[in-house]
Amino acid sequence: MATMIEIKDLHKSYQMGKNSLHVLKGIDFSAEEGELVAIMGSSGSGKSTLLNILGLLDVADSGEYLLDGKLIKNLNETKAAKYRNKFLGFIFQSFNLINYKSALENVTLPLYYQGVNRKERQRKAMKYLEMVGLKEWSHHLPNELSGGQKQRVAIARAMVGEPKVILADELTGALDSTTSYEVMDVIQKINDQGNTILVVTHENDIAHMCKRIIYLKDGVIEEDKKIKQVRASEYVQ
Amino acid sequence: MFSRDTWKEIFETIQKNKLRTFLSGFTVALGILIFVSLYGLGNGLINTFDKFFQDDATNTIFLFPGRTSIPYKGYKSERLIEFDNSDVEDIKKNFAMFVEYTTPRIERNALVKYREESNNYQTRAVDWAHQFAEKTIIMKGRYLNVEDIKNKTKHAVIGRLVEKDLFSGRESMGKYIDVGGSVFKVVGVFQDDGGDDEERRIYIPYTTRQRIEKNIDEVDFMIVGFKPEIGYAGAMALQNSIDKYLKDKKFISPDDRNGIFIRNIADQLKQNQQFASVLQLIVTFVAIGTIIAGIIGISNIMVFVVKERTKELGIRKALGATPKAVIRSILLESVFITTISGFIGMLVGIAILRSLGNELEDYFILNPYISTGLAVMATLMLIFFGALAGYVPARRAARIKPIIALRDE
Repeated sequence: MATMIEIKDLHKSYQMGKNSLHVLKGIDFSAEEGELVAIMGSSGSGKSTLLNILGLLDVADSGEYLLDGKLIKNLNETKAAKYRNKFLGFIFQSFNLINYKSALENVTLPLYYQGVNRKERQRKAMKYLEMVGLKEWSHHLPNELSGGQKQRVAIARAMVGEPKVILADELTGALDSTTSYEVMDVIQKINDQGNTILVVTHENDIAHMCKRIIYLKDGVIEEDKKIKQVRASEYVQ
Repeated sequence: MFSRDTWKEIFETIQKNKLRTFLSGFTVALGILIFVSLYGLGNGLINTFDKFFQDDATNTIFLFPGRTSIPYKGYKSERLIEFDNSDVEDIKKNFAMFVEYTTPRIERNALVKYREESNNYQTRAVDWAHQFAEKTIIMKGRYLNVEDIKNKTKHAVIGRLVEKDLFSGRESMGKYIDVGGSVFKVVGVFQDDGGDDEERRIYIPYTTRQRIEKNIDEVDFMIVGFKPEIGYAGAMALQNSIDKYLKDKKFISPDDRNGIFIRNIADQLKQNQQFASVLQLIVTFVAIGTIIAGIIGISNIMVFVVKERTKELGIRKALGATPKAVIRSILLESVFITTISGFIGMLVGIAILRSLGNELEDYFILNPYISTGLAVMATLMLIFFGALAGYVPARRAARIKPIIALRDE
């Protein structure tokens, strides 16, 4: 299997007034195609910072980052936007849907920035909404959807551009446990199709629904282990 | 940039953010509406001042006899000065290089009758050239001519309203009217832009008036029409020369300000034009101020809009929107709204001015208008500067790191 993500000796610091906060202190790891990796750690361990750097939403101070074999270095914002659009899909804790656009319109957005024509955008978006079980809700606005439905719209949006990697930051953080398992069920099904997914979470049960867990502590990897995956479908009615 | 897809995306955004769209559009439309209305009303004021000079020629000098106030060359003060035919001829002869025409005028009120109809009108006994000084417009027949003056004919040219009063729609040409006991044949009917009073007058040859009044050669006052090419400075110099000439001729002290009164229309026109220029300047200043206020208004709204959309722009950037795409979407939306609302404001303003017409004449605003070119230019200016004002916050938004924008609440 091809290596989708490879990072070597990644460092990141934040300037807090006169003090410098060293958040990532030399991270090395790689993720193969089709992996479902959970990144765990307590608050301040650097897991979200790592995900932001992997998602090209933030820049590391030093170290090497290869995404699908391409060295990510000195990208300007235009190029970073194009890479995000082509290689990455995002799922956020707070969903980050545009509230005046319907579920369908939200899902079509990555394709709009890819230059896909309107008809094709809508066809593809509908396909992914159907996949997450929201075909009937496609014309509803986000405020007409439940938390779980919103997150499934966000998953469809992350999927629609057919990215190489999906990055999920606390994707179940705002959901109750039943809904969280439903969402993880969708994530596992997507992963079963061969998609590479990285999930940042502080919830142990969610992490165990992945195939591998990386524990971060104080900016370094404390443990990196493969686990026996718990199927979310077992908890879904 | 002008792809159908881009515009569809923009229309969707506009459609789903109605309040924002309305506020932006309303600010621009109001700015242009106030600009067009103010400028138009200012022009209406200027029109009113211009109208004072419209119905008469502006290359004229009026010479009125007065009463001396200084003893001079053996003559006492308080001497009554009179003008006669020789004065008119002398001015014509001595200032031929500068003078186009001269005309005396003798004004008398008279009871004028035609059959059973009668009314009091002012008669003006004048030379044939008087038509140029008064800008008389002949509707029927002709004006007085050289033969009328020479032969002292009893021919009259009557005003449009005189004809209406006395003839009640019947033909007046060739008919005979009684003017203060003398019978005159109507040879022409005139109209005048100076209003109703000007059209309730009757012109007769000054020579005929002098014969009726026992063959005197006195005239009430004189009008000198100078050649327009001598300009304002030439007109002022001519006025001084004529003043000096007449004072010499009539033995009036050069320092006597009451012997002869001179009204130079060119001078009055210049003063009026200066006033109109100042007025135009004030109106332009206020109007430009309105446009600037509109631009500031649009800038404020754009800053607010971008701030309000920070998170949305962060989401879009995370999903692949490039900085250029962010700027483009904000600017195109802004330009589209300002263009549509700007032109709506402009058209409404023009429509208001047109509908006003002469309704505000009592308030010294006559036919308010704005040239379409100027209105379009002002609108385009607002659109351009509105876009420029929108560019600054749009660029700032495009530069915000997506991770920071995503954290915005």
